[in-house]
Amino acid sequence: MVRGLALLLGFQLLGELISRLTGIPIPGNVIGMALMLAALGSGLVRLAWVEEAAELLLSHLALFFIPAGVGVMVYGKLIAREWLPISVATVVSTFVVMAVTGKVAQRLEKGERQDAE
Amino acid sequence: MLNELIATPLFGVFLTLAAYALAQILYRRTGSIFFNPVALSISGIILFLLASGIPYDAYAVGGRYVLFLLGPSVVALAVPLYVRRQEIWKRRGPISVGIFAGAVSSVVSASGLAWLLGGSRDVVLSLAPKSVTTPIAISIVEKIGGIAPLTAALVVLTGCLGAICGPEFCRFIGIRSEVATGLAVGTASHGIGTARMLEVSELGGAVAGLAIGLNGLVTAFLLPLLFVLAR
Repeated sequence: MVRGLALLLGFQLLGELISRLTGIPIPGNVIGMALMLAALGSGLVRLAWVEEAAELLLSHLALFFIPAGVGVMVYGKLIAREWLPISVATVVSTFVVMAVTGKVAQRLEKGERQDAE
Repeated sequence: MLNELIATPLFGVFLTLAAYALAQILYRRTGSIFFNPVALSISGIILFLLASGIPYDAYAVGGRYVLFLLGPSVVALAVPLYVRRQEIWKRRGPISVGIFAGAVSSVVSASGLAWLLGGSRDVVLSLAPKSVTTPIAISIVEKIGGIAPLTAALVVLTGCLGAICGPEFCRFIGIRSEVATGLAVGTASHGIGTARMLEVSELGGAVAGLAIGLNGLVTAFLLPLLFVLAR
């Protein structure tokens, strides 16, 4: 467990380092995720080393977003001032994205399956 | 004495965990998607702080400790991706095209609708990356202009919306594939949606985790370009 957590934090640290050195607008933890995937794929890191720690964190992923969400209260006035464009755009656009992404992916998936047959 | 205690990390960490534990009990008891634990905890804590007059900053002292764990959790998303790598690689075409289509439709529909409804320039720009994970969204908004804290708030609201009804909405419009559902929820509502997808299906959660990174990447490159062209 401790080894797994150390590896996850180590890859995040490495990702942060790359993000800062290169100045690319991708956060360190996302770069860390890509590096961890590469390390697992190349056999540099064994699945068994990180599996338990990853499972523990991911099973409580929702919990870690709560403080960021509570931060919304600080901008309550700003949101209240332009509530109509903000709420309509946020809600409608979220459903549009889900519909477009899901439908496009599902159609292509079916197409590829038919090609294979 | 009470004020001193409230200013320690203990208070914020306790409040977050207690709210989440309660919200989970409510979610399980009711079985209703509208009792989504994240959305419920967030609104519960906000109401508690407003009612008690405890300032947000006092809560944030402890909140930061909980938020800290988000970093290694994002790195941990590599594990389900690695475990499901063969199924995901087989569908790399649909996955990449789906995310690209989602990223474009997100920027166009969010800022377009806000513009049509008379939103100010600041709001239109702040809405553009609302489906992207918070850290990427903030760096994008700093590049194109707009209010970064407003974007952060909109990203969280978008995430809650996708977590509350994403899988149900997908089923409603006829999306049956686990991969397509995971992609839809992950692309539209980033990490908060992914947390919900991980509960619904392992493969769906894995591709949702992939969508967080890829949607962020596509939007980060696309959005500054779009705004240069639109000018």
